[in-house]
Amino acid sequence: MKQEKYEMIAKEHKAKNPKLQNAIVAFLIGGVIGMIGEGIIELLCNIFHMSRNNAGTIMIVIMIFIASLSTALGFFDKLVTKFKCGLLIPITGFAHSMTSAALDYKKEGPIYGVGANIFKLAGSVILYGIVAAWFFGMIRYLLGGRI
Amino acid sequence: MTFTYNDVYVKDTATIAGPYEKKGPLKKYFDKTFDDLYYDEDSWEKAEIKSVKESLKLLHKKVGIKRKEVDVILGGDLLNQIAATTYGAYNFSKCFLGLYGACSTSVEAMILGSVLIDAKKVKNAIVTVSSHNMAAEKQFRNPTEYGAPKPKSATFTATGSASMLLTKEKTDIKVESSTIGQIIDLNQNNPNDMGKVMAPAAIDTIKRHLKDLNRKPDYYDLIVTGDLGLYGKEILKDYMLEEYDLDLKDNYNDCGVMLYDLKEQEECLAGGSGPVCSALVSFGYIYHEMKKKNLKRVLIVATGALFSPTMVYQKENIYSIANAISLEVV
Repeated sequence: MKQEKYEMIAKEHKAKNPKLQNAIVAFLIGGVIGMIGEGIIELLCNIFHMSRNNAGTIMIVIMIFIASLSTALGFFDKLVTKFKCGLLIPITGFAHSMTSAALDYKKEGPIYGVGANIFKLAGSVILYGIVAAWFFGMIRYLLGGRI
Repeated sequence: MTFTYNDVYVKDTATIAGPYEKKGPLKKYFDKTFDDLYYDEDSWEKAEIKSVKESLKLLHKKVGIKRKEVDVILGGDLLNQIAATTYGAYNFSKCFLGLYGACSTSVEAMILGSVLIDAKKVKNAIVTVSSHNMAAEKQFRNPTEYGAPKPKSATFTATGSASMLLTKEKTDIKVESSTIGQIIDLNQNNPNDMGKVMAPAAIDTIKRHLKDLNRKPDYYDLIVTGDLGLYGKEILKDYMLEEYDLDLKDNYNDCGVMLYDLKEQEECLAGGSGPVCSALVSFGYIYHEMKKKNLKRVLIVATGALFSPTMVYQKENIYSIANAISLEVV
């Protein structure tokens, strides 16, 4: 078979994915989630008189809880199909990746199943997150920033 | 490699289809369907095993054959170590041969079963294949609940199990000939566009089948490919016409496209895939239409992407294969 000719014909029958539209949806939804997070922080600061730092931490915990719960209840993946990666980029995506992996392997038991697989997707984020943090920390230190 | 058979016939089939297939246009051709992907079990894998058991049980019941009277079961699925077939087929026959040809397994098993019967080594053989949308997702892609958006060219693994009994005893439907495919590598490496990966294998097998038997595409009332999907199907038609001057008209279709109503069932993207996709269509729809004599000559070309996630991560191409079998009403 001729590869060049095949690629030429295949090009004519390529699926059209609305990339720009997806990007705009993701951008807006990602922004909305950021707004909700900010709203929660403001709420905690003003009503419960927390420091901004503490309110930030509690907001993250709330976001992780919501993402994990909706993954376990089975509709987070459907929301992602609708709202695209705007839902996956913030902390919610990280929690979602861990919960979904844990759910998938629960039948294989706590050690060979959940334990061995919970970081299947999130492992890369943690590893390279730490490596990147170390590099940026070093750069900041070398530029004379405070540790 | 193409050969013809003298005395191999299709005795009966049994099909068990999952919830998505039930919503599709071929619902009335399935013997049994189920609504929950767990199928009253506690894991996806066990649900797939149950579907294999159910289809074998049903086939035995329909034909009225005892387990000890079945000479051999040939079959496979997508799980590691073809677990669904081995656990499902346990105790259903005198002996067993496990096969792996990805989504081309159904025809691979039919060819081997027919060869065994034609060579008079066995009296009958059951072909059984299965797949499960979630079990396959877990095996090949991301965790099942993980919501990664997929491109429109991606295919959707069909759920269910289908079995067929081949015998040397004469019936209305004859296994007429078959073509064993070769492994094709056309530098394809996108697991989200399996139609484009597998179309070259289907093109190659169909071309060789027609050439070896000196036939034109219109010899058949229907030529179906396994699971090329919306886009792969069009690529195949155009390439066949432009390169080999073989015009596949209305008598060509793709099982992945036929299995679902792709306008309504958007989650199925470009169409169905998995070993049971072509088997549900051919053991369900095609078999019943042949019994009614609405279709007289059919060429089933099951296509398989011999996809190994490990090899793709190691920057190797995805190979593909297609096996063809021709059924005729006698």
